[in-house]
Amino acid sequence: MTLPPAFRDWFARQGWTPHPHQLELLATQDDTLLIAPTGGGKTLAGFLPSLIDLKDGWTGLHTLYVSPLKALTADIGRNLARPVADLDLPIRVEDRTGDTKSAARQRQRTDPPQILLTTPESLALMLSYPEAPRIFGSLRRVVLDELHALAESKRGDQLMLGLARLRGLAPGLRVTGLSATVEDPDALARFMGGAQVLLADPGPDPDIAMLPTAAAAPWAGGNGHYAVPEVLAAIRGATTTIVFINTRAQAELFFQALWAANDDNLPIGLHHGSLSREARQKVEAAMAAGALRAVVATGSLDLGIDWGGVDLVIQVGAPKNVKRLVQRIGRANHRYNAPSRARIVPANRFEVIECVAALEAVRERDLDGEPRGPGPLDVLCQHILLTACAGPFDADALFAEVAAAGPYLDLARDDFDACLDFCATGGYALKAYDRWRRLMQVDGLWRLRDPRAARDLRMNIGTIIDPEVMKVRFRRGGQPLGEVEEGFAATLVPGDTFLIGGMTVRYEGLRELTLEVTPNPHKEPRIATFNGLKLATSTELSHRVLALIGDPDRWDALPANTRDWLAHQAAASALPQPGTLLSESFRFDGRWHFALYGFAGRNALQTLGLLMTRTMEVAGLGPLGFLATDYALLVWSVDPVTDTAPLLDRAALRAGLGDWLAGNAVMKRTFRNVAIIAGLIQRNMPGGRRSGKQATFSSDILYDTLRRYDPDHLLLRITAIEAGRGLVDFGRIEEMLERSPRLDHRMLDRVSPLAAPLMLEMGRVRIDGQGRMRLAEAEAEAMMRDAGLTLTHDPAQAAVQAGIGDGVNRPATGVGRRARGTTTPRPRRAPRPATVPLPR
Amino acid sequence: MTGFRFVWQGLTLEARCSGALWMPDDRCLVVADLHLGKSERIARRGGALLPPYDAAETLRRLDEEIAALAPARVISLGDGFDDDAAAEALDTDVTAGLARLAAGRDWAWVAGNHDPAMRGTRLPGRAAAEIRLAGVTLRHVAVPGDGPDISGHYHPVVRLAGARRRALLVGQDHLILPAFGSYTGGLDAGEPALAGLVHGGFAVACLHRALPVPLAAPTGPMMRRARQNVTS
Repeated sequence: MTLPPAFRDWFARQGWTPHPHQLELLATQDDTLLIAPTGGGKTLAGFLPSLIDLKDGWTGLHTLYVSPLKALTADIGRNLARPVADLDLPIRVEDRTGDTKSAARQRQRTDPPQILLTTPESLALMLSYPEAPRIFGSLRRVVLDELHALAESKRGDQLMLGLARLRGLAPGLRVTGLSATVEDPDALARFMGGAQVLLADPGPDPDIAMLPTAAAAPWAGGNGHYAVPEVLAAIRGATTTIVFINTRAQAELFFQALWAANDDNLPIGLHHGSLSREARQKVEAAMAAGALRAVVATGSLDLGIDWGGVDLVIQVGAPKNVKRLVQRIGRANHRYNAPSRARIVPANRFEVIECVAALEAVRERDLDGEPRGPGPLDVLCQHILLTACAGPFDADALFAEVAAAGPYLDLARDDFDACLDFCATGGYALKAYDRWRRLMQVDGLWRLRDPRAARDLRMNIGTIIDPEVMKVRFRRGGQPLGEVEEGFAATLVPGDTFLIGGMTVRYEGLRELTLEVTPNPHKEPRIATFNGLKLATSTELSHRVLALIGDPDRWDALPANTRDWLAHQAAASALPQPGTLLSESFRFDGRWHFALYGFAGRNALQTLGLLMTRTMEVAGLGPLGFLATDYALLVWSVDPVTDTAPLLDRAALRAGLGDWLAGNAVMKRTFRNVAIIAGLIQRNMPGGRRSGKQATFSSDILYDTLRRYDPDHLLLRITAIEAGRGLVDFGRIEEMLERSPRLDHRMLDRVSPLAAPLMLEMGRVRIDGQGRMRLAEAEAEAMMRDAGLTLTHDPAQAAVQAGIGDGVNRPATGVGRRARGTTTPRPRRAPRPATVPLPR
Repeated sequence: MTGFRFVWQGLTLEARCSGALWMPDDRCLVVADLHLGKSERIARRGGALLPPYDAAETLRRLDEEIAALAPARVISLGDGFDDDAAAEALDTDVTAGLARLAAGRDWAWVAGNHDPAMRGTRLPGRAAAEIRLAGVTLRHVAVPGDGPDISGHYHPVVRLAGARRRALLVGQDHLILPAFGSYTGGLDAGEPALAGLVHGGFAVACLHRALPVPLAAPTGPMMRRARQNVTS
């Protein structure tokens, strides 16, 4: 295929010349993976063959476009409208996402457009309809946008299963993948099920540097507020700026801080995934119209909405990952062959080091990335159930289809059969559901026993498991503002203030499962916790950071205050050195903390946390919880760690892997996600929960039950694999111990400079052991005392004094007696056990 | 297993950390909301195929309590079965297990909202709408103004040290048991439906031992603090 004259003229009228890769893609007849930098006209390249195909008309669906973001489909729709109108092409372009109104969905099922723009979840939903063969039978082309982003999660696996289905429904389908720069293009092509790789000219080197600031980065914290004056000045100096921030909470705070100093009233917007759809769409529209000078955004704007006017990207906080940084930088200057301009603002001094290391990597074009594992079986289970929703299927045919999908090329028939059995009967050792199986075989074909189940299954589509959130809106039917996590909502009492959508609001009460708030700009807000996208620093970057810290000769690359900080760490404790594993014990907030600087990546250190806390539990140190970052592990406990050697004994760690891993909170969380994706439990529907809270129960109960009665169950197997892939990474613990034969443990009288940032990290894992029991007892006792009840050795007296009982008998708490009528005011936080020893 | 003993309405009672209530003077063990057959009912209605081990697990825990206390009488406070059909459809393992537990003692099934018709024919014990015992009514759902009663139904939980724990709620006129069944969730003791019944009383949380904690009005200082105390 070549560019027809009308199209050539259109390009000329725009003042454009087709890029070589756009023409190359047109010429090819095979499935293709196009890798081009942002602004390289990727999307137009992907659609050109379709537009040309369609110029003479087409009945039914011709091209399906899949993107990871709903916002992107809307944007692409706008961009396509122009050539379609200019060239007067007989093409209807529509999008189909979770936001599409039901009338439009209905119409699309009977009268599909020529080009349909959708997401992996909406595609899975459409494929589950009995009409799917008719809708997709006429399909000729599929365009997969931002494939690099989709391949990073199970959404990609689901999409590839959907693609395999599409190839079955529409033989001869041609697939084009579009991707930003990645470290291993061939692997991504294999993920697509095989494709030729087309590499566009990567363009000029970006103009990227640290943003110089008057104030030094703070010792700790993640908000980057010290740089507000310089960030504002940079915004003023550019046409349009995207300010990327890693978490939603930090984005809210930074947005607030920017406006507090925004004396010129520069129009600055806010965009993140916890804002209401209306709020996000407003910002996107304003951005598209060029009405904003800047937008403060999280990963929600990582992907390619094409805003030609953006000429500066500011990254606040460590980029965590070189590849992502390069892709974010690319968002500046969506013009091909013009260098992207980006500035980085480390949020604290630890991040200064990471930023310096990342800049070195960008200059060396050294991208990082982990190879992805084989297609997960929970996604396959969902696919099987949804296939049954569309109509009866033959197991052999479905296996053949699935095994042609990129991620499932090596799928064993046994595993497929186990998934099918799980879908049909639950797959339990106890054959309990013969009468009530979900799928049954009739005349050799598998079908739903109860067709009404299709509705529930369709409601449960998707592989993204959101944390439980509650909506926030202004009082008396006001506009929706966004969402906060349920755990945070539970801590609110009327009168509390918090930040959402860039404003401070006062919590008034709960109404129909929605938090009602009023504006309240005058009070110091609490920070809403969002558990949104957690970025993990890549292994390669972690190693670069360790090398930089450990080599004072290279500190010249670091700002003076960072050098001072490292020197301060060296004086107060020690520096992590290659060959030495540094750890520290100190008290903070009434609890003992243990910090270990392993630089082994978050997953490995998380596993180490699980195994070490087990050893600590046995040793009676009362571990309460831990958190792992890419550099360090932090464990807090009732009693201190004084010697690391027994905790790091390799044989003991290995012995602990089996049992302890199976029983811990991380595994339960993994199980919950697996169970939702595989269709064992339904995800919580907005509005569908809370009211009937006593009818729903925790997935932890199912996990414990399966472990006790059915330890070989498929979902436990998937959970173990998942944990092994994402969380366990035991090999890297051994590698860490091997490369650091010397242990250096320091007992400190305060938080060390290097440990300070850890105290603010999110992602803490609780340990429900003896330590927690001791705390619960102390807390119960303090609550009784606060109620004006004496809780001495005989807590039953408490009931007597409450005027409720006149009970006698045994002590219930076992905690030592307390003096009556202590006048010390209660601390706001949980009481600490009286047994925390003094530092040695 | 440690319980918490107290006297309520002149009765000596022990809140067991299993979630059961022990009345030592009458040698009577009371459990609420066993929800036997829950996984079967969900499957029957075309829902998920949950691990079918819930009844076995619930009976295992009940067995432990019976072995520890040797009660003369066991009372299930309603919703013993997830519905009347579930009571009929129970596995023979489960019915045999129940028969073994009920042998040699009085066994009563109080009707609940899930199982109004009550008990399948293959099951041991007698059915009752309510039971009067020592001046107290044992029923499924507490009736405001008609106390003192001992009931279940709400599956109460309290927050303690950052986690939800099943809890027995003790108010002036109403004593509400947590659910004993294994596949059961919970309703926060601060929710209006519950708080109004046990206002100002105390809860006994089920941990490794039975821990008493005070209750207050839903927005009172105690619950507020209990919520704020959610740390790490």
